[in-house]
Amino acid sequence: MNRRQLLKGGVGLLTVAGSASWLSPHARAAQLALPSGAVATQVLEALPGKVPLMKRTYRPPNYETPISYFNEEFTPNNAFFVRYHLADIPKVDLAAWKVRVGGPAVQNPAEFSLDDLKKFERVEIAAVCQCSGERRGFSDPHVPGVEWGNGAIGNAKWGGVRLKDVLDRVGLAKEALEVSFNGADGPVVDKTPDFVKSVPIWKAIDENTLIAFEMNGEPLPHWNGFPARIIVPGWTATYWMKHIVDIEVLKEPLKNFWVNTAYRIPKGLFPVVQRFVSQEPVDSPTTPITEIVVNSLIINLEDGDEVKAGQPVDIKGIAWDGGYGIVEVAVSADGGSNWTQAALGKDLGRFAWRQWTHGYTPGQAGAATIMVRARNAAGATQVDKLLFNGAGYHNNIAQRLALKVV
Amino acid sequence: MIRFLESAAIITFALSLSANADEDAIKLKPGDGFEAVEQNCTACHSLDYVQMNSPFLDQKGWTAEVTKMVKTFGAPVEEADQQKIIEYLTANYGKP
Repeated sequence: MNRRQLLKGGVGLLTVAGSASWLSPHARAAQLALPSGAVATQVLEALPGKVPLMKRTYRPPNYETPISYFNEEFTPNNAFFVRYHLADIPKVDLAAWKVRVGGPAVQNPAEFSLDDLKKFERVEIAAVCQCSGERRGFSDPHVPGVEWGNGAIGNAKWGGVRLKDVLDRVGLAKEALEVSFNGADGPVVDKTPDFVKSVPIWKAIDENTLIAFEMNGEPLPHWNGFPARIIVPGWTATYWMKHIVDIEVLKEPLKNFWVNTAYRIPKGLFPVVQRFVSQEPVDSPTTPITEIVVNSLIINLEDGDEVKAGQPVDIKGIAWDGGYGIVEVAVSADGGSNWTQAALGKDLGRFAWRQWTHGYTPGQAGAATIMVRARNAAGATQVDKLLFNGAGYHNNIAQRLALKVV
Repeated sequence: MIRFLESAAIITFALSLSANADEDAIKLKPGDGFEAVEQNCTACHSLDYVQMNSPFLDQKGWTAEVTKMVKTFGAPVEEADQQKIIEYLTANYGKP
């Protein structure tokens, strides 16, 4: 019997008992375990231009950021996570690169080089880029996919131009319903559906939705979408198309695997405000994933770490949401009985993450369970129990770390 | 290729510290059907996808994954090979 099976047994008993209180803190926290195969194949490896990141898969490349980098307000470009669906990833030649803007609901289709784009008003927005599958690896039961831990996320200043300004230039028909995005990367086999995504027209013309060509003041790294990508602050990264080459304004809902089948959540399961209703047929049990749910993460301690009795420690972390803004981070040092407010760091913008710190003095030797829970301006908070869904999305269980006080 | 890399590994160790990620380092378990996996699956993705998604899928789960690769992603895998792949994955990377 391996550790996982032991834990499974624990979960079964837990259901019967209806309470976690009798379980040792360590056993409870350890439910947040990646599949053992994912642990066996993970390795720190550097892609060209990147520092060593945690390799999930080589091809297509999927690499997550070690959480120690989240100590920075903004995640360094060379440490930012990498996520691709399809393995044909060209190096874009900037001299030849243009983004085409057209489609059935565009009056005057046009192409824009990077220099053309730079003639529009420049804007910069600080925003969290979070893979929809962040923490999928912690789903219980496990679900297939890229088994991400906590590092499929980063915070950056995205510089570029408003998508709205570019769409205004080409002119929209009043029937405009969705705007679709395609990147230069594509499938290896012709029959594989190309990764093309759409957003509702109202989201496309939101002043915060950008065509970005800079990240933290530098050109976008190749692995993060050079020379330009779509930025949809507050929404998960599935919409943030990298290496953007085609933007189409549609009068009908986009039909493809990536929109109609993938990246969907059960209707009504999560407390999201912004929905993508043209992709939500009345008879469908699912709806596209949209907003990032409120979440938080301790970044300087890990499960099983030792702390010294009586010696103060600053617990550091980050908290983020879909753009309503974090208003409170509460920390419990006794497994959830008592909570105190952490000190929030600088407000970097409502789409950015919020750093926080909390002074903690471990009591007597033994086990201690640290928990953290964030709340946003919309009143949403983190859950105590996983809202299970087949794709492992929106895992925002209040984090629970079992520490050893020595 | 894999054997070659093993013998070359010592010589290139110093270089590999800065070298690009190399998926040839992935070694799946030997077993019936491994060749079908290697010949078909690696056309589109590295084999760490298999290891990463283990060991929690049962035969039904692995069948669904292989079917998705063929039906949804258009992987050109012959039916006989599909069966061999499912059996290999279930036996070697299936739910215990």
